[in-house]
Amino acid sequence: MSVETIGKASATMPANQKLVIADCDIHPSPKSVEKEIFPFLEKRWRDHYQTYGMLLRQPYQAGPAYPKGQPDAARRDAYGPNGEKPGSDLEFMRKHHLDRYNIELGVLNPLKSGQGLQNPDFAAAYCKAINDWQIAEWTSKEARLKGSVCLPYEDAILSAKEIERRAGDPNFIQAFMLIRTSEPLGNRRYWPIFNACVEANLPLAVHAFGFGGTPVTGGGWPSYYTEDMVGHSQSAQSLVTSMVMEGVFERWPELKLIIVEAGFAWAPALSWRLDRIWAQNREELLHVKRPPSEYMADHIWYTTQPFEEPDRRGHLKDIFEWIGWEKLLFATDYPHWDFDDPTRIPLPRATDEQKQSFFIDNARSLYGV
Amino acid sequence: MPHPPIGAIDCDIHPAVPNLKALLPYLDDHWRDMVVQRGVHELDSISYPKNAPVTARPDWKPELGKAGQDLGRLQKEALDGFQTKFAICNCLYGVQLLYTEDMAYAFARAVNDWMVSEWLDKDERLRASIVVPPQNPDYAAAEIERMSNDRRFVQVLMLVMDEMPLGRRRYWPIYRAAERCGLPIGIHAGSAYRHPVTSVGWPTYYAEDSAAQSQAFQTTLTSLITEGVFAEFPDLKVVFLESGFAWLPSHLWRLGKFWRGLRMETPWVDRHPLEIAKDHLRLTIQPSDAPPKPEDLEKLINHFDSDEMLLFSSDYPHWHYEGTNAIPNGISEALTNKMCYDNPLKTYPRLKEAVT
Repeated sequence: MSVETIGKASATMPANQKLVIADCDIHPSPKSVEKEIFPFLEKRWRDHYQTYGMLLRQPYQAGPAYPKGQPDAARRDAYGPNGEKPGSDLEFMRKHHLDRYNIELGVLNPLKSGQGLQNPDFAAAYCKAINDWQIAEWTSKEARLKGSVCLPYEDAILSAKEIERRAGDPNFIQAFMLIRTSEPLGNRRYWPIFNACVEANLPLAVHAFGFGGTPVTGGGWPSYYTEDMVGHSQSAQSLVTSMVMEGVFERWPELKLIIVEAGFAWAPALSWRLDRIWAQNREELLHVKRPPSEYMADHIWYTTQPFEEPDRRGHLKDIFEWIGWEKLLFATDYPHWDFDDPTRIPLPRATDEQKQSFFIDNARSLYGV
Repeated sequence: MPHPPIGAIDCDIHPAVPNLKALLPYLDDHWRDMVVQRGVHELDSISYPKNAPVTARPDWKPELGKAGQDLGRLQKEALDGFQTKFAICNCLYGVQLLYTEDMAYAFARAVNDWMVSEWLDKDERLRASIVVPPQNPDYAAAEIERMSNDRRFVQVLMLVMDEMPLGRRRYWPIYRAAERCGLPIGIHAGSAYRHPVTSVGWPTYYAEDSAAQSQAFQTTLTSLITEGVFAEFPDLKVVFLESGFAWLPSHLWRLGKFWRGLRMETPWVDRHPLEIAKDHLRLTIQPSDAPPKPEDLEKLINHFDSDEMLLFSSDYPHWHYEGTNAIPNGISEALTNKMCYDNPLKTYPRLKEAVT
């Protein structure tokens, strides 16, 4: 959805609109790291932050190697009345987003959360601070918002500890990481994360982006931001392939995986391809007992932003039916530029029940809220 | 799966270089010496492990040596077997994987000369792709110029994963030469393994390497379009070989969405990527990633909004189906005919020329 249509959208929303919405991808930011995050960091890590900053497997000290389409990839109307950073002011977010779209459940997915930091101890300390901050600044003040347990995922043992720390805490409804890990996520080094998620009864959400250091294509680094963005769906496909082929879902039959902001229309084609490859390489994959498509159908949910937009909505209806309406979760990506407006996405023709499941019920039953 | 109609054009078969020794007669003295003195090993890529199921269909696999190395068997099993009018030979000997660019150039030339003497000269139904060293695009362009005079070469062959995404301007001398000679660029599954095959690192299982190929084709299409290859070379066609095809429509929807939002970044992309792909991209059908139910394949084919993009291929001697049933269930007779005749002839104009 383009930036300039936002104003029109609210103007055309019917006054009697009753549809309640779950937004499964909202990005909160601190107004200031020093003011809001430092209170939750030990002195050692505050000093580390001041001295070295946030060192990731990417070239610049701050800012992405592919400049975004607009500052901080944010909607230009998402700055607060006093110029607050997009997604940093709860009061403004309530008016600008939660109230406006009748959002009953908003899932917070903090992005500059310490995930992917090269120093694993700093990553763990920072993620923990971000998790504390979500309670202090957001979920304790606004019941509609739920937090995500940010994981220092390159260290699975420290990640499992963070999940255990938050288990049973109603402020959090999922564990959270980024797609572009340093090794494919099904790899054994990450297994303690899955174990902890199942023990804590938390779904694992994996969001676009990340800092694994590997080029976003198997053939090296592309030139354009467009390619980096489109590439999230290829990363997601590789992630799903790895999770299935390593037998993760066979080993943790209760594990729930949510692919966030990386597309969904690719999933049926991937499942057909994986089934064939699995059938042909059974002897290599003795630990994968069932066809990959079955694991995908049982274990994976997808948030839909950025919504794929074929010219004909009927084509997308095929995709929804192949994946299953019950596995698709509406998300806006607020406050980012490629925001999906619930009143304007080109949803395929649907029954009221299907709409209800897509906009709210799927999220309620997945998260148990 | 139905079999292709008589006289189909098979756009992807794989004659195999039996071993490095077979290329010695086609190398000059220096490189012949190097091979012997240094004990250069076989250039067989890990993309097709010798005994992996995909590498050779059991009934196409010889007792000794590689599937696809014997002309007699290829004639009987691929050409007579499918009753093809023409078959395009894509030699997968791993010259693109070498780190030394002049060695790669020498081996690419040897492979092409070997192709002429050992295959093209021996069966009129055979056509071939020019193997080039992408390690050095100037050498690659020179090799295209050298071989293109032989009208039985109908395409230029590259692997989908190289040092850089294939749209990068570094490769444009290759595309310039190909366009000038009226040759499509055939991009085949495989990698030079300069980078992990997935954007999340090296996988554990061979099956994951196979799966990763289609993601590589997706990012390659993104690269070709966003870099402006088709704006710069409006007559160029690209053929994806062993790419799968089921992923294409949804990928173009996503690419189209970001193009709409970010087109200021690539102003030369002046049309929806779907329209560009319809004009410039072709895909071979094997290995098929079609849905198992024919009615789902019919729906998927509708998503293409074009009946000109798919090309018939047997992918001999790789193993994806039994017998000659290389056409996935759910493809209409009309589309089968387009895939087998019209689309290849349009894609490869040299196929229309009489053999000289």
